[in-house]
Amino acid sequence: MLRRYVVKRLLVAIPSLLIASLIVFALPRLIPGDAVQLMLAEKAYAKDIAELRAKLGLDRPLHVQYVDWLGHVVRGDLGESLWTRRPVLEEIGQRLPVTLTLAVFALTFALAIALPVGVISAARQDSLADFFARSTAILGLSVPNFWLATLLIVMPAIWWGWRPVGDFVDIGVDPLGYLRQLLLPAAVLGIAASAALMRLTRGMLLEVLRQDYVRTAWAKGLAERAIVLKHALRNAIIPVVTLLGTQLPQIIGGTVVIETVFGLPGMSRFLFDAINQRDYPVIQGVNLLVVSTVVLVNLAIDAVYAVLDPRIRY
Amino acid sequence: MAPAAPLGRRAEPGGAVRWLVAVARFGRRKPLGAVGAVIVVAMLVMAVFAEAIAPYGYDQSIRGARMEAPSAAHWLGTDNLSRDLWSRVVYGARVSVTIGFLTVALAVLLATAIGVSSAYFGGAWDLVVQRVVDAWLSFPYLIIILSVMAVLGPGLGNVVVALALLLAATNSRVIRGATLGAMQQTYVESARAMGCGHTRIILRHLLPNVAATIIILATLGLGAVILAESALSFLGFGVPPPHPSWGGMLSGSGRTYMFRAPWMAVWPGVAISLAVFGFNMLGDALRDVLDPRLRGS
Repeated sequence: MLRRYVVKRLLVAIPSLLIASLIVFALPRLIPGDAVQLMLAEKAYAKDIAELRAKLGLDRPLHVQYVDWLGHVVRGDLGESLWTRRPVLEEIGQRLPVTLTLAVFALTFALAIALPVGVISAARQDSLADFFARSTAILGLSVPNFWLATLLIVMPAIWWGWRPVGDFVDIGVDPLGYLRQLLLPAAVLGIAASAALMRLTRGMLLEVLRQDYVRTAWAKGLAERAIVLKHALRNAIIPVVTLLGTQLPQIIGGTVVIETVFGLPGMSRFLFDAINQRDYPVIQGVNLLVVSTVVLVNLAIDAVYAVLDPRIRY
Repeated sequence: MAPAAPLGRRAEPGGAVRWLVAVARFGRRKPLGAVGAVIVVAMLVMAVFAEAIAPYGYDQSIRGARMEAPSAAHWLGTDNLSRDLWSRVVYGARVSVTIGFLTVALAVLLATAIGVSSAYFGGAWDLVVQRVVDAWLSFPYLIIILSVMAVLGPGLGNVVVALALLLAATNSRVIRGATLGAMQQTYVESARAMGCGHTRIILRHLLPNVAATIIILATLGLGAVILAESALSFLGFGVPPPHPSWGGMLSGSGRTYMFRAPWMAVWPGVAISLAVFGFNMLGDALRDVLDPRLRGS
């Protein structure tokens, strides 16, 4: 049953992915100022604009370029960067681990904070701890992450002469140092997601705690810990898992800012530079990869529901 | 002499008094929401009366006051171009409020048109529109806005259009859901049975019943828009200088001189956080009071 459901969802996702690919392809081409003009101005790739356009295949009609690009994508070829002339997949492959590690750390951080705080906040509704947690969560949603990141770089340097950001350490050189340097950026990145997840955990848990079966559990004399964590949390968690899926694109979007502020050589910073340089294949490749990941992760989350809630049958 | 109230009935308070009572009750029931409302009102006052509140112009250089620390003369200090930071923060409120309200107005208009028509007409139109919305929402918001801003170029109007396109897609989903709910009601069925046309049913029966949802989405959207605008300006895709956008003040010179003059990086961030905090608090409280079903959305 689950397999049939996944296949059905995949079929529904195909039109959305196709529309997304059209957006991915069309947007960079609408950017005023051609990559070719920029390239000619900076590097002498060819004698004139017409020659360079022909060389890069940009002189063909747009629909021909789109079908050609899509055909290559299906075969796993995202094209070559207009600037470095290296395959986009290779360029992304070099930078993806940084962004991926950052996103996974950020999500882990968000969950590690959100779940316990959300549970305590709901179990002790209207207490001082609850009030403090809720206010902090709204503050977490309100503080811009680039500002927080800037403060975390500036203030320790001014107060203690300590700079949390040094030269980037590659994973091959020092694996532990590589992970350590990503902890602070990931924590900053995860704060907003953590606040959103905490608020939802609290809200859903409060609703579930008012259900009859929870009252029955209390009447049976079960311990609070068992009631909240075993009976209530499991039923409150499904919307939280859904929100986790919607937080993923926000976190990946946030990496653009965080990688810029902390000087990390990740995929998002690469995309940001590509937008500035009108490097169409790179913009298309990164965007397509991100959108496909988001669609697939949401599909996986739908499948996880069945594990979390045995009542859900596909 | 004013006519006496009829015997046995209490006198009905006037409009202004009723409003004051409602505001006082809101403040008592939702103290955090009231704090949010105070912050929002303060921000609106700063935006409207910036000329009267700010001691200097937003682009006015003060001779001999380069990168001065906060003092009685310059409450928040001065920047690398000898401009008073308090004045720039006050004028920055105007940029944030203008972008916030224009974006939300445009987004709500678009989202209502998309959401209501999608739910009401259904069928192929709903299917196509929802797939486009799906595709649009799969993009990380900052990445899609950056791409749209790269197409449109920097500028206040373009920021509004880019952010409105994004907010409209998200909001249209919620409005579609609310419209679908309203369409199940018998008054829509009876309106149809009485021979009302599509326009009349949508404008007179459906829209008034999804109005509360739209108001809540608009209030919550304002905070999100201010935050997104600041991120765009920080990355250099927002409102171009010398207009004092809070996000813009944190990028460029704000970052270059952050170790020598940290106040340049501190105050614009405090302003953004306070403004977004205010709108979020107010939006949360309004949602709880007007439509508790939307909690968690």
